[in-house]
Amino acid sequence: MEGIYLDNNATTMVDPVIVEEMLPYFTDQFGNPSSMHAFGNKVGFAIKKARKQIQELLGAEHDSEIIFTSCGTESDSTAILSALKAQPERNEIITTVVEHPAVLTLCEHLEKEGYKVHYLKVDAKGRLDLSEYQQVLSERVAVVSVMWANNETGTIFPVREMAEMANRAGVMFHTDAVQAVGKIPMDLKSTKIDMLSISGHKLHAPKGIGVLYLRRGVRFRPLLRGGHQERGRRAGTENTASIVGLGKATELAMEHMEFENTTVAAMRDRLQEGILDAVPYSFVTGDPDNRLPNTCNIAFEYIEGEAILMLLNKQGIAASSGSACTSGSLEPSHVMRAMDIPYTAAHGSVRFSFSRYNTMAEVEKVIEVVPPIMAQLRKLSPYWDGDRPLDEPEKAFAPTYA
Amino acid sequence: MWDYSETVKEHFYNPRNAGAVEEANATGDVGSLSCGDALRLTLKVNPETEVIEDAGFQTFGCGSAIASSSALTEIVKGMTLDDALTVSNQDIADYLEGLPPEKMHCSVMGREALQAAVADYRGEEWSDDHEEGALICKCFAVDAVLIEETVRANNLKTVEEVANYTKAGGGCASCHEGIEEILAMVFEEKGETFDPTADVIPAVESTPETLVAGATGMTNLQRIRKIEKVIESLRPQLQLDGGDVELVDVMGDTIYVNMTGACNGCQMAAMTLGGIQQRLIEELGSFVKVLPSTEMPKTAAGV
Repeated sequence: MEGIYLDNNATTMVDPVIVEEMLPYFTDQFGNPSSMHAFGNKVGFAIKKARKQIQELLGAEHDSEIIFTSCGTESDSTAILSALKAQPERNEIITTVVEHPAVLTLCEHLEKEGYKVHYLKVDAKGRLDLSEYQQVLSERVAVVSVMWANNETGTIFPVREMAEMANRAGVMFHTDAVQAVGKIPMDLKSTKIDMLSISGHKLHAPKGIGVLYLRRGVRFRPLLRGGHQERGRRAGTENTASIVGLGKATELAMEHMEFENTTVAAMRDRLQEGILDAVPYSFVTGDPDNRLPNTCNIAFEYIEGEAILMLLNKQGIAASSGSACTSGSLEPSHVMRAMDIPYTAAHGSVRFSFSRYNTMAEVEKVIEVVPPIMAQLRKLSPYWDGDRPLDEPEKAFAPTYA
Repeated sequence: MWDYSETVKEHFYNPRNAGAVEEANATGDVGSLSCGDALRLTLKVNPETEVIEDAGFQTFGCGSAIASSSALTEIVKGMTLDDALTVSNQDIADYLEGLPPEKMHCSVMGREALQAAVADYRGEEWSDDHEEGALICKCFAVDAVLIEETVRANNLKTVEEVANYTKAGGGCASCHEGIEEILAMVFEEKGETFDPTADVIPAVESTPETLVAGATGMTNLQRIRKIEKVIESLRPQLQLDGGDVELVDVMGDTIYVNMTGACNGCQMAAMTLGGIQQRLIEELGSFVKVLPSTEMPKTAAGV
């Protein structure tokens, strides 16, 4: 595929090695792992192997703590709803204002059903205030659900510490780690994290496969009831080929962990530096000192993200934006708004997210292409005059609200 | 990715009349920064003839906002102010060969900028007459504020009634949960409880005779009268959008209608026809097909 793909937080290419590994499970190895005959048996072993591979990447104590699901969203829903079902006497949830919609929309829905949800706020760099968190932890809380790393900014939350705090208060702790798994090292057995969500397609496995890590001994109620698959914790015939693919993907992620945190991080840093040097009135959002190695989110002031993406796309560059228009909603990204990024910048925020398949040559090409695009759009902007914004731009151009 | 027409993309990549017009004597600033769209339209108007001699735009917004602004300036250049005021947002969308429903507000912004600029030239005060809420129905681009206001004004009780009045929910039906929530909220304000299973107040009165006669038991005349009545009941909502519909002929199970005004040539015309057909099937209790009169057999139409 031609083009420069810098949208790996949205989804990733399936590694060709992984595809190779998966293919037999569509044809020769088509058996149902639950079957008693030889057709099913081998497939059962392949799933067992994948479970081991994932256990290793997560640093889980037992392979039975790995439950295969259909996606990250299913894992999130299973975890949160299980905690509520298993503890009907508890009716509060703690989460953050910057969670992925997979958690946020569910929490908003649960509020309508009568649950009380505490949304932890973030500061201008997207960081949590742990004393605010401590204050809302109580025996009324059924579960805390806090993402390990933010999908838009890459900002990492102190989930190990937060899990300890929850544990001391006797509260279950879940983390949506779909962006963090495979990018930063984990050792769950040494943490107090009770549940954790993974999404296969974020780490070069295919779409349609996810994992819920469930610490042994944590009270659990399944979302899907039916057959005895996954020890009755997630009924439904296993997505065998994708499970095998995810197993291989986690193995490759382990091998590339250092590469991710050195070479990939260096490409990301070079891109950020190159763009900030060449484009005035642009800045990094989130917490650059504490974020995923592959992500940077840059806000370009006085222009709008969808227009930026369309012009980047014309040059074969793929990225994503927190502007309202890209989502079809009227508000810009809730993550940008939570950090109090002004509207004139929030709509122009662009996320560049790398993978181990990117190259430094691609980075240099993007650095070359980006500045003229921003200049071109600013020429059209009512907030812009010549080579800089208007004085007091939001006063000089204050349109009638429509 | 949005399904933009080639014309939208072309106007975005190569916008016409970008930048402020020199010696402009009319300016219209509209938009909402929180929504990510804002537009300044500048016009140079000939004071003698009131002809727009030049038009320019500056836009903070997405691809379709920039394309809509570009189209607007192309459309109005050379028009008199009075003629320019008749340009509708649909005209802008048509010029661009259509916009996705979520993006129709970009064309609305263009028309509003034009009204604001003309008001500015004439020394009048321009105020926006509608507030825009979150988009609920994506098939027909209907937002929450419009639904809420229509529910209040007409004392609507069911999702079906909302669809009949606003078109919201009349397409793919995926927004019915959202519409129910708005209904429940308005009910709660009145101290009542929303009942999603409530029957619609029948638009066509059921008399013992019609009940006995049923769909198949109707005479041709009764049947045509009923079709007429249903179409009549649908006109007010179309007129709200500046359109209209009239019954042309009935041939067996095929009903021919004329779509006029904003409905004529509107990309939504096909979906509107679908809505009319659905309603007629429900009311008649038998299958009918609704087609535009342009598809009538020529001899039958007497042409």
